[in-house]
Order: sequence, then C-alpha cells, then structure tokens
Amino acid sequence: MSQVVIKSGEVPRYSAAERTNHWIVAILFILLAASGLAFFHPAFYFLSWLLGGGVWARILHPFLGVLMFLFFLFMVMRYWQDNIIQPYDREWRKRLRDVINNRDENLPEIDKYNIGQKQLFWTMVVTMALLLVSGIMLWRPYFAGFFPIPLIRIAAVVHMLAAFVLMLGIVVHIYSAIFWVRGSLRAMTRGTVTHAWAKHHHPLWYRRVTGAK
Amino acid sequence: MQSLDVQKRSATTTTPPSVRHAAEPVAKLIDISKCIGCKACQVACMQWNDLRDDIGTNVGVYDNPVDLTDQSWTVMRFAEVQRADGNLDWLIRKDGCMHCEDPGCLKACPAPGAIVKYANGIVDFVSENCIGCGYCIAGCPFNIPRISKRDNKAYKCTLCSDRVAVGLEPACVKTCPTGALMFGAKEDMVARGQKRVNDLKERGFQKAALYDPKGVGGTHVMYVLQHGDTPELYSGLPSDPKISPWVSLWKGVTKPLLSIGLGLAVLGAFFHYVTRGPKEVEKGDKA
Repeated sequence: MSQVVIKSGEVPRYSAAERTNHWIVAILFILLAASGLAFFHPAFYFLSWLLGGGVWARILHPFLGVLMFLFFLFMVMRYWQDNIIQPYDREWRKRLRDVINNRDENLPEIDKYNIGQKQLFWTMVVTMALLLVSGIMLWRPYFAGFFPIPLIRIAAVVHMLAAFVLMLGIVVHIYSAIFWVRGSLRAMTRGTVTHAWAKHHHPLWYRRVTGAK
Repeated sequence: MQSLDVQKRSATTTTPPSVRHAAEPVAKLIDISKCIGCKACQVACMQWNDLRDDIGTNVGVYDNPVDLTDQSWTVMRFAEVQRADGNLDWLIRKDGCMHCEDPGCLKACPAPGAIVKYANGIVDFVSENCIGCGYCIAGCPFNIPRISKRDNKAYKCTLCSDRVAVGLEPACVKTCPTGALMFGAKEDMVARGQKRVNDLKERGFQKAALYDPKGVGGTHVMYVLQHGDTPELYSGLPSDPKISPWVSLWKGVTKPLLSIGLGLAVLGAFFHYVTRGPKEVEKGDKA
C-alpha cells in the first residue's frame, strides 16, 4: 500500500494504483465506445476520426478492447468481494424511489458500495466477457477466419447488445459519480472522500475503515 | 463511376445520387446446361481486372483455384452427381457475386459508400472507402466477398461495372465460347432464361428452372439449372437464400432504436439533474 497522508476530515477510498487502473479502463472505454458507435450507426461514423479514421478505428478497436479487458480484470480482482450483494442491499434497493428523489434519510446502512454500484459491477463483468468472446470472433484479419459465418453473425448481435448495455451502465455511472452524488469524483481523482460523505452514503464502510462508532 | 446513378449506398441514411432516367436493370444469365467448364471466363476476368492469383495445387478435381479469393472473383465449381437412373451428371457452376437486388453485404457494411448498388442493379465495392472489417462477409448469403491479405480490403465480382457503364458486356460474357453466358436487360434475360428452361423441359429435364431467388429480391446474375428443384446439387447453391435474421437484427431497426435508447439515457440523466438536483451531504459540495 502506498503511503497516504490523511488530512483531518478525509477518508482514503482509492489508492494511487487503483485510481490509475480505473482511469486506464475509462480512457480505453471512451476510445472503444467512440469507434464502436462509428461501426454501429452511420450517424456516429464521424467518431471514427478519434482513432484516425475508419480504417485505423477498425485496426485499433480490437487491440484496445483486449487491453481494456485486461485492466478491467485487475479491477474485478480488487473489487469483487466488495460487490457481493448482501441482505441490507436488498432493503436499500426497495427504497430506490427515495434514493432517486434524494430522500436519503433513514436508508438502510450499507458498506463500500450500494446495490446500484454492485449491479453495475456485475453487469460490467458479464458484458465485458461477452464483448471479449464475441469480439474475437469478429476480429479481422486475425481471428474471424477461424469461425463459421453463421456464428460470426450471432457474435455481431451479441457484441452490439452487450456494448449497448455496458454504455447504458456507464452513462448512469458517469452521471452519478460526477454530477449527482456530490463529493464522489474526488475519490477517483484525489483518492479520498470527506467524513461526512462516507458517513452519509456508506456508513458501514465508514465505520469499518475509520473505527468510528 | 459517376456516370451511373446509385440506388443504395452502404451506411448512408440520405438519398444517393438518382436524377438520371436511363438506368435499366441488367442481368447476366448463366446457362449451366451449355457450360463446358473451359474456364475462359475465369481467364477473361483476370485479364480485364488485372488480377493474378497465386499458382495453386491440384486437389484431384478440376476446381482451380479451389475457392474464390481476392484475386479470383469467379471460379468454376465442378460437381459430379449421380442421377436416379444411374447416369452421371457433371454440373459445372460459375460461382461469383450474384448481385442481389437486396444485397446483404451492403446492409451489413458500416463504412459510408464502401458498397454501392447502382441503379442498373450492379453491386460494387468501392475499395477506397472499405475499412476491412469483413462485415460484408457476414452479410452475404452466398459467401462471396474475400478480404485481401495485401491491403485488408474486400473484393468480389464487379459485374464489370466499368465496362457496363460504357455499354460493353462483362469480360466473362464476351469470352464465353459456347454462349452459356449472356448479358442484357434483366427483363430480356429472364425471358431468355424461361425459353431455355422450356427447351430443357422438352428434352427431359422436367425440373429445369431459372434461378432468380426471391429471398434476396431476385438477383442480377441468374442461372439456368437443369435440376431447378435441387440447386444444392450445384456445389451447394442455396435453394432459398436470404439475408440471415441475425444480420437483420444487427442492422435493422435495432440501429435507430438502440441509438435513441442511448440518447434517452443521457437526456434522462440531464433531466434528473434539472428536476431532482444533486445529492449534497454538505451545502455547496462539489463533484
């Protein structure tokens, strides 16, 4: 573990290594989403210029995809235990309407992640795996030739749907972390959150890491 | 090739150039009952299109090259079939792009303008717009497009769109010594094909038929088949080719629907912010 200088009033949430890992995945995701959307619908074809045009997008997309999967694997190994769904998560889930309407009073106490975050985590595990497997089947010129054409057609549909679900999840993730739940983004940029944030949103986790009562 | 109107253009949602009036649908008619398997058409195709395939190896049958490649846009496929009466049929099919009225390759292609269908029905790959993704291979019901190892672009028969545009017949048709290949207006080719089918029926081929499969809207390359009820005998010619439902799912309504879905998600987030606002633990909390 790296040395974290904790100022009073801050709770460490992500180490420098964790933040680096997250942002590598995030940057790769942006490049992949842009080039993937370009292949998906002509309205998004201009996004292929982010990777240097249609041909470069076709060449780079699969390599970036494999990289994203590998770095995402590190995240899975780091976080899977924190994302096991617990009984209190289900109670919290029942009050989702209150959560959405910012009525956070008297929500069940939860640990490092709420059930929305946990469900996003497992959605990403499933979609990333589907994207990797179907993506290899579509990968020209290296691998697609080894698969029968009917299978490649199915892989294309799986790749499209998995990418769609993943992108929807990431829209929610970005909105929640940057705009909605104030005080969250700094966990992934500076590594710490405030005591008040931790106590309010993740009381079980707060008491676990700080020893507070 | 802007002397021809474009009827369909890959990955394009607006109307392609279409002001000209003269375009008449064309078709190539391949009368398998007249084909002697001389491969002159293969040679003419190589010659006109400046293609030279690698020297292959003899695999024990006449097929050479054994498959379509980026350098061989048409190949003769030789099938030996035993008839019910014990006689042998030697069915020789000139394989290549069928120039579908509803082309699966064009439907699957994500690169704007990499595949066009001219108003005369010819489906052409515009290589400079091709990105090499191979989606056309997944889209094609006939397994025709091939990607070059040299430039990673897809190639196939152009129906000599360059020759047809200036009023010439395709190179293969020009060279065919037996008249098994014919080219002209699709209407005329259908009529000729039907006439030939009737001839064959009179000569004992009761199941003779014109192959112009409706599943892909008809094709601009048609076959006269002696055994029209079983096209599969001809080296696996599909009896009812159509664009795979998986390709339709991939490239059909899902494209606009999922795009709108994604847009709605972003809008939904925006309006959630506008109507509900952020969760602030302390007043004035920043991101």
